[in-house]
Amino acid sequence: MENINLTQMKSGEEGIIVAIQGGYGLRRRIESLGIRVGAKIRKISSQFMRGPTTVQVGNTQVALGFGMAQKIIIERI
Amino acid sequence: MRKILLMGNPNVGKSVIFSRLTGVHVIASNYSGTTVEFTKGYMRLEGERAEVIDVPGTYTLEPTSMAEEVAVKMLNDTLKENDNNDTIVINIVDATNLERNLSLTLQLIKKGIPLVICLNFWDETKHTGVHIDIEKLERILGIPVVPTCGITGEGIKELVSRLKEPKVSTYQYKDGGRWSSIGKIISEVQKLTHRHHTIFERIGDASIHSITGIPIAIIVLFLSFKIVRFIGESLIGYIFEPLFENLWAPLMMKLSALLGSSGFIHDVLIGKLIDGGIDFVESMGLLTTGLFVPIAMVLPYIVAFYLVLSFLEDSGYLPRLGVLLDNFMHKLGIHGLAIIPMLLGIGCNVPGAMATRVLETKRERFIAATLMAIAIPCMAQIAMVFGLVGKYGASALMLVFGTLFIVWVILGVLMNLILKGESPEIFVEIPPYRFPYFPALLKKLWMRVLWFLKEAVPLVLLGVLIVNILYALHIIEFIGKLAAPVVTGILGLPKDAIGALVVGFLRKDVAVGMLVPLGLTMNQMVIASVVLTMYFPCVATFAMLIKELGIVDMLKSAGIMILSTLIVGGILNLIL
Repeated sequence: MENINLTQMKSGEEGIIVAIQGGYGLRRRIESLGIRVGAKIRKISSQFMRGPTTVQVGNTQVALGFGMAQKIIIERI
Repeated sequence: MRKILLMGNPNVGKSVIFSRLTGVHVIASNYSGTTVEFTKGYMRLEGERAEVIDVPGTYTLEPTSMAEEVAVKMLNDTLKENDNNDTIVINIVDATNLERNLSLTLQLIKKGIPLVICLNFWDETKHTGVHIDIEKLERILGIPVVPTCGITGEGIKELVSRLKEPKVSTYQYKDGGRWSSIGKIISEVQKLTHRHHTIFERIGDASIHSITGIPIAIIVLFLSFKIVRFIGESLIGYIFEPLFENLWAPLMMKLSALLGSSGFIHDVLIGKLIDGGIDFVESMGLLTTGLFVPIAMVLPYIVAFYLVLSFLEDSGYLPRLGVLLDNFMHKLGIHGLAIIPMLLGIGCNVPGAMATRVLETKRERFIAATLMAIAIPCMAQIAMVFGLVGKYGASALMLVFGTLFIVWVILGVLMNLILKGESPEIFVEIPPYRFPYFPALLKKLWMRVLWFLKEAVPLVLLGVLIVNILYALHIIEFIGKLAAPVVTGILGLPKDAIGALVVGFLRKDVAVGMLVPLGLTMNQMVIASVVLTMYFPCVATFAMLIKELGIVDMLKSAGIMILSTLIVGGILNLIL
């Protein structure tokens, strides 16, 4: 199955993170909140007009900007 | 002296545990980054005094934001100063989020410091379906693990007793293999059982969804506003005004007669009698206006506002509001979380300025602090606006607050265009909704109110004293003549209004009593309200902004304030 990025997921959909594109600093920052390759992720919502995306990983909910969300690559399950 | 550092991810309840250990109360809320500065306290450990430090929350020892830098620096500095054996780190862990929290734990283990783990929010694991085998976790990591519930105090005794046996963990893992090690630990110690979504989670999802979120936000903000007004007006109408009018005024009239009804001392203490009586707003005496303004005009709204804000804070709603507003706020060069310092600023700009530290870059903090100082009226300013134009009704009030809102937006857009750099994207943990624990909420309200009284009352008194001295020495008239071209020419105010601008630097609320007797028209009152709110922050905010922005940026910010005040005041003078 082809991979998509987080912004292309629908609210309520689940997936596995297969890659986080971007530099070391950004990856580290995203990972520090538990969003990392191999983790299961559920999209909760996204705002209009390229607004932030909210996701759940484990028991943690995180909101991240559109640009960041585009860099997180998901495999649908 | 032994040092105990409380470290953990943001919003895991460090500040509450800190209060429990030391008896020192600090402000805690349900969102990341409430503690932006460290707080120190003391506790007894094995008969000796030990220093306890509440370190700002951090997800990692490789800092990614200002608050995290502070946290890591504190840890490193303490380790440098102290022998390793004299330092204990209590790693506070959110038991409902063990996996993510262990990332910091393993980084702390790598440092080779004596550790004790505190599994906080233990009570919440039951209804979130999380089961943690504490003994096994202790065995694997080789350090004490204590389950606690900070808010009720459960487990704190055990935590204190186990502080006597902190251990340096012998757990080892490869660099770069942290998450896989965590995965192994989790699979051994934690079991999740399936459970249904709680009502809080359903509300949680709806309040951050793009379609349902905005209407919910409008309802929440509208209700908050209504409740603040209702509580504030009730406190004034039923408690504070009757107290001053019926008890304090007769006393002051007796004192006034004793002092001979006039003279410098009389005027400083009681102020000028108006129609033979005391007018608490206009008399300008230390014991009349000086007490009435902070206590009967501003304090009731401070109480009402912080009560509602504390409720919103502790419930966990504010970060969600930040996400909803993120898009709009980016147009102003700041991301959605900047709504938190802005809302805090409505109570008082000083804590608002401090809260700008939730923002990542210097540019954002500059924009947020400048916007707040110029266009977010604090409670004292709101009380002043109501005092000046309230009698003209809703349309005049709308004119003042509407102008400020437009200024807030336009100035933000301009700064975003002119200042170099971009605004970083929002990246924030959304806390679970929690029902506020009222004893803690009231304690927080009390701390904020006490802080207001300590900060504001002396400044109001000083302001009133200065007004009296300036008038007695005819200095106001002199400055008035100097400033007449600006005040009269551009702003269309009488030159006597300069006195209010001079005193407004100390406290804006004192200025009301100086403007009311001037007999201004409604339009002049509107201009005066807007100008007084915008032209400069009060001295307390000014000092805090210097601390937060540095002197150079503060001067730039002050330049923007004065310039925009003249432009906006001038435009209002032309179109009204």
